[in-house]
Amino acid sequence: MSIMQYNGSAVVAMVGKNCVAIAADKRLGQRALTVDMDFQKVFPVTDRTYVGLPGLATDVKTLSDRFRMRVNLYRHREERVIEPETFANMVSQIMYERRFGPYFVEPVVAGLDKKNKPFICGMDLLGCLNYANDFVVSGTASDNLFGMCESLWEPDLEPEELFETISQCLLNAVDRDAVSGWGAVVHIITPDGVITRDLKCRMD
Amino acid sequence: MALPAEASTGFKFDNVKRNQLLGDKGYKLPTATKTGTTIVGLIFKDGVVLGADTRATAGTIVADKNCEKIHYLAPNMYCCGAGTAADTEFTTSMISSQLALHSLNTGREARVVTAMTMLKQYLFRYQGHIGAALVLGGYDVTGPHLFTIYPHGSTDKLPFVTMGSGSLAAMSVFESRWREGLSREEGIELVKDAIEAGVFNDLGSGSNVDVCVLTKGNVEYLRGYSRPNERVFKEQSYKFAPGTTEFIDPAAAQGEDATAMDVSA
Repeated sequence: MSIMQYNGSAVVAMVGKNCVAIAADKRLGQRALTVDMDFQKVFPVTDRTYVGLPGLATDVKTLSDRFRMRVNLYRHREERVIEPETFANMVSQIMYERRFGPYFVEPVVAGLDKKNKPFICGMDLLGCLNYANDFVVSGTASDNLFGMCESLWEPDLEPEELFETISQCLLNAVDRDAVSGWGAVVHIITPDGVITRDLKCRMD
Repeated sequence: MALPAEASTGFKFDNVKRNQLLGDKGYKLPTATKTGTTIVGLIFKDGVVLGADTRATAGTIVADKNCEKIHYLAPNMYCCGAGTAADTEFTTSMISSQLALHSLNTGREARVVTAMTMLKQYLFRYQGHIGAALVLGGYDVTGPHLFTIYPHGSTDKLPFVTMGSGSLAAMSVFESRWREGLSREEGIELVKDAIEAGVFNDLGSGSNVDVCVLTKGNVEYLRGYSRPNERVFKEQSYKFAPGTTEFIDPAAAQGEDATAMDVSA
């Protein structure tokens, strides 16, 4: 078994019409034993940028704290809020710094830039950026998520439509993955604000 | 003010021992995104043509269907990358920034051999652990140049080159059709056919063909020059009716029963 499968996780981000969504499951396990059903894997970076960190839970904690520190330093130095693309490059750089001893996390960044243009990207554990204009997936259910997103996603979804699409993609993907699921959270980022919803989910 | 520790440069090795321990305990270390890749380059009458496919893979999964493998190095130089995706990306961008400083210091356009030497010395220093296999092309004061650079730091200087898992398919096209004094159109066409040979015959390569033409004082980057694998978009929609997904609105839940105890971590 790979260390990426130790805790179990699923994260997905999608682009809609003037909006983006990022969703994740809430399980924390130790292999087959479920320890927590309310484990946070998606973290707000700014009011309109979120980062999802699927992978080894110890590194999820370490990195979320480290990102928060770096974003705060950036805000003080630049006297402005960080843009999603800039943040993605910051994450990428922090990951590649540990090229020969990586964190076991494959981050996903989603947000709206200052012109309300949607931005999503994924990364491997070394920090290689993968820009997308449709969807990005990550975590132990990533293969399942690829299949779901590839068939359900379509361009120009309105926020409420995007919520249904991303929720169904995530829910059906984690139901076929033993080590992720047990609750899910969805954030829809729109120019008017963020809608956060906890999904009703199979708990097995 | 002392800079925070985070601002220090160079690789960090503080996770290495932990990761090695996990590896020894039988937890397989995950694989990074690789670019299975077909990348090529050739010299024609007035310059260099570079070509690349656009597939990135993680194991057998196609991680990115339309990634960019022809990286910018300098205004007169571009570089195709194969191997570990993160390594090709970061190696080329680092050398690119060093080249920009170099040409600012010297007041001249950097030469292709300079870039080639910087790349090979950097890769040799890491003894092949940085898995970047590169095709470097450019046009400087001494004319057109084309090099391949291997992850261990060795280099070749040839009139036509291929690299990556699709290199054999691509080279078969070059070996049968390359000649001296190709025209610009012939050069681009040959590069396109070589990449398409990789796209269709090598499973690690796929999707589209990117081409970059470098001539004296001019660069033409043709992103998606050939798109032989356009997706047929589905004719009907899988949109769900609003209200399909059941959810708990945290705000509404709070309003209804404000006495609910927060038991989250």
